[in-house]
Amino acid sequence: MLRAALPLLGLPLAGAGAAEEPTQEPGSWGEPPPGLTLFRWQWHEVEAPYLVALWILVASLAKIVFHLSRKVTSLVPESCLLILLGLVLGGIVLAVAKKAEYQLEPGTFFLFLLPPIVLDSGYFMPSRLFFDNLGAILTYAVVGTLWNAFTTGAALWGLQQAGLVAPRVQAGLLDFLLFGSLISAVDPVAVLAVFEEVHVNETLFIIVFGESLLNDAVTVVLYKVCNSFVEMGSANVQVTDYLKGVASLFVVSLGGAAVGLVFAFLLALTTRFTKRVRIIEPLLVFLLAYAAYLTAEMASLSAILAVTMCGLGCKKYVEANISHKSRTAVKYTMKTLASCAETVIFMLLGISAVDSSKWAWDSGLVLGTLFFILFFRALGVVLQTWMLNQFRLVPLDKIDQVVMSYGGLRGAVAFALVILLDRTKVPAKDYFVATTIVVVFFTVIVQGLTIKPLVKWLKVKRSEHHKPTLNQELHEHTFDHILAAVEDVVGHHGYHYWRDRWEQFDKKYLSQLLMRRSAYRIRDQIWDVYYRLNIRDAISFVDQGGHVLSSTGLTLPSMPSRNSVAETSVTNLLRESGSGACLDLQVIDTVRSGRDREDAVMHHLLCGGLYKPRRRYKASCSRHFISEDAQERQDKEIFQQNMKRRLESFKSTKHNICFTKNKPRTRKASRKKKDGVANAEATNGKPPRDLGFQDTAAVILTVESEEEEESDSSETEKEDDEGIIFVARATSEVLQEGKFSGSLEICPSPRIIPPSPTCAEKELPWKSGQGDLAVYVSSETTKIVPVDMQTGWNQSISSLESLASPPCTQAPTLTRLPPHPLGTEEPQAPLDLSSDPRPSFAFPPSLAKAGRSRSESSADISQQQELQPLMGHKNHTHLSPGTANSHWCIQFNRGGRL
Amino acid sequence: MLLRNEELEAIKKETGFSHSQIARLYKRFTTLDKEENGTLSREDFQRIPELAINPLGDRIISAFIPDGEDQVNFRGFIRILAHFRPIDAKSKDGNGSEPLNSRINKLRFAFQLYDLDKDDKISRSELLQVLHMMVGVNIPDEQLGVIADRTIQEADQDGDGAISFTEFVKVLEKVQIEQKMSIQFLD
Repeated sequence: MLRAALPLLGLPLAGAGAAEEPTQEPGSWGEPPPGLTLFRWQWHEVEAPYLVALWILVASLAKIVFHLSRKVTSLVPESCLLILLGLVLGGIVLAVAKKAEYQLEPGTFFLFLLPPIVLDSGYFMPSRLFFDNLGAILTYAVVGTLWNAFTTGAALWGLQQAGLVAPRVQAGLLDFLLFGSLISAVDPVAVLAVFEEVHVNETLFIIVFGESLLNDAVTVVLYKVCNSFVEMGSANVQVTDYLKGVASLFVVSLGGAAVGLVFAFLLALTTRFTKRVRIIEPLLVFLLAYAAYLTAEMASLSAILAVTMCGLGCKKYVEANISHKSRTAVKYTMKTLASCAETVIFMLLGISAVDSSKWAWDSGLVLGTLFFILFFRALGVVLQTWMLNQFRLVPLDKIDQVVMSYGGLRGAVAFALVILLDRTKVPAKDYFVATTIVVVFFTVIVQGLTIKPLVKWLKVKRSEHHKPTLNQELHEHTFDHILAAVEDVVGHHGYHYWRDRWEQFDKKYLSQLLMRRSAYRIRDQIWDVYYRLNIRDAISFVDQGGHVLSSTGLTLPSMPSRNSVAETSVTNLLRESGSGACLDLQVIDTVRSGRDREDAVMHHLLCGGLYKPRRRYKASCSRHFISEDAQERQDKEIFQQNMKRRLESFKSTKHNICFTKNKPRTRKASRKKKDGVANAEATNGKPPRDLGFQDTAAVILTVESEEEEESDSSETEKEDDEGIIFVARATSEVLQEGKFSGSLEICPSPRIIPPSPTCAEKELPWKSGQGDLAVYVSSETTKIVPVDMQTGWNQSISSLESLASPPCTQAPTLTRLPPHPLGTEEPQAPLDLSSDPRPSFAFPPSLAKAGRSRSESSADISQQQELQPLMGHKNHTHLSPGTANSHWCIQFNRGGRL
Repeated sequence: MLLRNEELEAIKKETGFSHSQIARLYKRFTTLDKEENGTLSREDFQRIPELAINPLGDRIISAFIPDGEDQVNFRGFIRILAHFRPIDAKSKDGNGSEPLNSRINKLRFAFQLYDLDKDDKISRSELLQVLHMMVGVNIPDEQLGVIADRTIQEADQDGDGAISFTEFVKVLEKVQIEQKMSIQFLD
């Protein structure tokens, strides 16, 4: 591949090559070296790949430099800058080497540079939007391109007949039509580069962009037909040739699309079976898509169309099949390749323009072409839009039409095609080359520069970036169903009817065939949105959790964002549910055994001593599997740290509350208040340690209505604020009770308790480590828990996928739990708390909020459950973390074993 | 054509359909009307094969049939269909009343599909029912429950645990209802 790419870069880098060669040749290429040489300079062996890498590096560095100044890039599109840079570089090369080098070679362009860009745009094409506007897109792509080609060609010919083009441009009507066909096509690379920065509304974008992708088939056909006509000579063209030309339009376009779809099918099918070799998933995507491109190219079909359809067709299934990490890999690799290719294309375009040996200037031709492509583009758009608006639900207005006309950028495709012309058959080639370069430069630079101000000035509807909401997704689904039904009632088989048919077919057959069973099962768009929202919340939570914690120690990340009194924000709710697990943890400390104690000591020792080297402990590396990469581990770590700290601080406050009620604190978090209320109620007049059953019962009662909470809030606020002073007392009390004698030993260790939480708190994380709530514990715990638990641990924090894969319902969980009679001895119903831990993992317990606010009706049950679980009995620790759905089986030990 | 002229004019005025569109829809209406009694019953609708497999089919049929009745005549039929006419910019009808195909009326129609008990609120259970119909068996109930909860919380502004029509409109304000709740009626 690199060898093949050589022509792209031509000869060795002029400066380096020229300077280097004379000095090295005696050593490496001259007479055999006398002996072992210390240094051997082997430039020629690495020349080709080296140059490729170097050019890409230069292009990338240029990009970085451009983006150093935000002001420049906000005014000037990157493509313009790159072309200008190319001009400069080309000039330098020309000056140094005395001849033009490193030009954009058509072969390289079509085989290596174009496919990544097209694949990227096809794969990430918003398919719904695309198909919603397919009619318009196809019209502009097919009718528009034909119109542009013929009118431009004919008008130029007319210009020549009128004597406005110099007679030295030897071209007939066919030559002009050929030129028209290559200059008329809107270029996907240029359009993408410019429109991505303009942010027009999505309908407008998809129409212009879709057109630029789909017109490839028309361009290719027109170009080939005209080219062969020119080569045959106009006299020899038969009527059948015209018919063949028309037929080839269908063959090339439909054939290209078919090739793409076949490969999309293969790709989807292949990824279904990659479960054990996840690591090659991204590779498969690229290989098969590239194979589609090459196959279409081989059969002289529309390769762009093939890749577009391949990307478009496979995405849904591939995304469902491959792992989350592979998805990220595919996304980034695709974007990297595309951006790389785009950069190189524009830069080489600039360099190529410097080569004056290819050019022959004719002002009449150049100016005429510029005028005609702009004029006929605008005229064509207006005519077609008028026609389309008869059928469109939302007509395209005048402003849209202006942008569409003006957005018809020409680019590297036209340039590559014109370079491919055969000078012997097309005598005017040099003039065409010059004209094409001017047209490309004019559209990319002038139009690219002005389109942004134009869009602003015309007040074109911009794209609004709004986050997906469940409501939108859900209701839009409803709308789809409604429209399909209405079309059925009306008896008119329109777009919605066929879309509905397709969805049925897809659901019944295609998805079953192409998707993994597991993926198929949970595959639903509504669920998808929910999943994405969850992940987003989780990420933002971790992001902001860090500083908030450090500043106040106990504040909730959600505080600043909370503005509604009702606290109905979803995120909050989720966070609350997350904190449910936290509550569990607190109560755990009532159960202790000798073994636990030992482990606790161990844990604290490890915690203090082994903290730093922890990262290294997993040094295994496999080529075939990514176990856990550093990034992920680090994320986890941050997360766990936060959790732990929060746990501890919460713990301490809680204990404090129990003992004193004097110091008012200025916490504003309503959540906190609530917690405070709950805690206060729970511990009113009781020793903190006894947070068991009866206390929880009390809690339940208190949380029943919001009003109650609010009324209590002032009181709780005060309570909240016991200092750490009381912690010690809590500890001692614990000790006095003799429940946990071991804690005495632990407490003295200064290292263990930096923030001075009680011993019980110290243990919490570790204990949970044994149980299911290990998530919250720093990963040291994994070292001291049995191996099977470690695997459980790893599984549990596997990735974000696991985060959302389980349907985590709070409500169902609640209802599912049978209200156990108090005091039952170890009912040990392994409750599927999958619902709980999940959100809790996502949203670290901001405070032990155990779904209090939400549990209006079922509060009592849930609260009991949450407060009473005892975990980590030796005999239960071996619960294997369950399936994807229920990783977390918590065993509730009712009676406690005090 | 069995429609009287004045009736035709009234329909035209009320719904904004053109003459030929009304004629076409009337033809469709009579085709669906197997008993030929000038009304469509629930069974008539259910005979449309595609409608039977539409997850919201039953709800939509119910939307056609007025409250407290079990049949719908042509006036009612075309009135409902008028909701789905594309919005045309110039036809702001002068008499001040909102045309049937206005954005708000389109939304109202969708809202009523959710709101079974007609209390102007989508409650959690109502939402859950619709979710059930739409996602089928692929997703277990707990997941649907979470989704329903979150959906409501997203939209709920007054904290009553349900989505009122105002909240419904608000949450969809960014959506191009004009496009997503319109179909092209043939002339």
